[in-house]
Amino acid sequence: MRTNRLTLYTLVVLFAVTAAACGKKKAPLLAPTSAAEAEAPPPAAPPPTPAARVTEPPPVPTPAPIREDNLSANSSLDDLNRNSPLKPAFFALDSAEIDGPAKAVLDADATLLRQNRTWVVTVEGHCDERGTAEYNLALGERRAAAAIAYLKSLGIPAERLKTVSYGKEFPFDPGHDENAWKSNRRAHFVITAK
Amino acid sequence: MKYIISVLAITLSLAAVAAQAPQQPQDLATTITGGSGGPPRIALPQFLALSNDPETVAAAKTITDVLWDDLNYEHEFSFVERDVNSTIPPARTVDDPPFDRWREVNADGLIAGSVQKTGNGFVIRYRMFNVRDRRAVLGTEFSGSANPRRYAHTIADEIFLKQRAVRGVARTKLAYTSDQANERLTGTVEARNVKEIYIADYDGQSQQRVTVGRTLNAFPAWSPDARSLAYVSWRRGQPNIFVSHIYDGTLDELTKNAAENYLPAWSPDGTRIAFSSTRDGNAEIYVANKDGGNVRRLTNSAAIDTTPTWSPNGNEIAFTSDRSGSPQIYVVAADGLGAVQRLTAESYADRPTWSPAPYNEIAFESRTGARFDIKILDVNTRQVKQLTFGEGSNESPAFAPNGRHLAFMSDRSGKFQIYTMTRDGRDVRQLTRQGTNTLPNWSN
Repeated sequence: MRTNRLTLYTLVVLFAVTAAACGKKKAPLLAPTSAAEAEAPPPAAPPPTPAARVTEPPPVPTPAPIREDNLSANSSLDDLNRNSPLKPAFFALDSAEIDGPAKAVLDADATLLRQNRTWVVTVEGHCDERGTAEYNLALGERRAAAAIAYLKSLGIPAERLKTVSYGKEFPFDPGHDENAWKSNRRAHFVITAK
Repeated sequence: MKYIISVLAITLSLAAVAAQAPQQPQDLATTITGGSGGPPRIALPQFLALSNDPETVAAAKTITDVLWDDLNYEHEFSFVERDVNSTIPPARTVDDPPFDRWREVNADGLIAGSVQKTGNGFVIRYRMFNVRDRRAVLGTEFSGSANPRRYAHTIADEIFLKQRAVRGVARTKLAYTSDQANERLTGTVEARNVKEIYIADYDGQSQQRVTVGRTLNAFPAWSPDARSLAYVSWRRGQPNIFVSHIYDGTLDELTKNAAENYLPAWSPDGTRIAFSSTRDGNAEIYVANKDGGNVRRLTNSAAIDTTPTWSPNGNEIAFTSDRSGSPQIYVVAADGLGAVQRLTAESYADRPTWSPAPYNEIAFESRTGARFDIKILDVNTRQVKQLTFGEGSNESPAFAPNGRHLAFMSDRSGKFQIYTMTRDGRDVRQLTRQGTNTLPNWSN
């Protein structure tokens, strides 16, 4: 489709250029047929080569106006999630308990969620490869639910929080050691609306 | 139309003409036995190509090779070695093999076959002879334009059934999850590959992609008629169960985004699907009609209850629960009435998969050290037998429909791949090699 459009576009331009060139060449050979025509002003100069340029979309979109009322206003959701200010809570093996370090992370996340009242987040539950694919679906759900329960206890409205479990299907660290496993047992935040 | 997700152009119509069925009635005289009480020793020389064109010659070779592999799979026969086969001149037709020569190399049985090209396909004939009395015990003629492998599989299953009273699996299929398309998941900034459902023959050949959801699709489960696949898809956000009628190209939604729903398992009669759902707060076992109606809850505990599997008669459901702390296998009546009974005392047990009759066994994955191995529980005696021993992690077992084999996933060669083995842990075969392939399920 893109190729066809390009080809068509090229043909149109070529045609325009050729026609313009021919017009120039032939003009002196044609004798004026009437006084009116002879007196007519010379034809307008041929348009610049890219005759169809008006149909091109502008190469750079108009920048959105910058607002400074929250962190996310001048970046896309993907940009926001790529360097997410919401940090993941980590879990012990086979556990969905929100321990001390996880509480500290979620306290900071709750503060951010209070400052950015329009954010809606999905909390993804993830597990390491030392559990089974099947049980990990439920364990991941339990981890995400535990993180959400804690955030709710801090006053974050339930309607801004969704869960999804990915079990062990999408590890963050593909390694097979303690560091990888630790990194893969988490409640991970994805901002879905801002 | 929007439910049409893929068109699987699978030609299943073998159009078996079945012209010359076995001459004799099925009785002892038609059963080839081994000479000294061992398995019958079978000669399988290359099928005759009745014309010299490359297509016919290739089909004759494929059918012979695939039939050999199929017949070898159930460990019911031994074989006259290939290099011995090649010393015996081929017969001109399937009906006049040199019996004296085959007897000299101690063949008890002989399978002779031919491939003849027709307008748009082949006619394949075979005969199985008792070499001692030179009688044909089996013989069928097929015509059609299917993949030559399909004819070999059909012949193998016929030989198993009529010679050994064994239900072969040569025409069965495996479903599994794979990231081999190497497509990136959309809607996330993380580097995640989509996982799609694939199917392949029992030997890993003729692989086909089923889903095109560009999301996470996993945990496929064949319907008992082998025409539909229930599986879990994250395409609506949370995991939900879809039922794909793969030969019709239509799709049903069993669960409609009511919380998280996963791990579908068909009842043996194909009318119901058990699954796990968090719709009432935490993971419990539910049973629904296959159209999603009449949902009933089977378990009620604050613990995780998940991974259901049906007993062969459909009266009981085994499942995984961590109600005692670690995940263990439990069983409950399929109507949810009566007591829940614990079956295992492992450090961590999951993916119970009940064998088909006549074996009353439940295979499962068990944490042995850091990773998992496949074990089998005899439901009557409660004895547990270990089948794999720490070669990688071995997980998610699924029984073959004849109960004689298990498919499972293992990372013993690096990435997780699909393997099969016999129900006593022998003859381990790797079926997949491209990408990561997980969560097998075996069709009827």
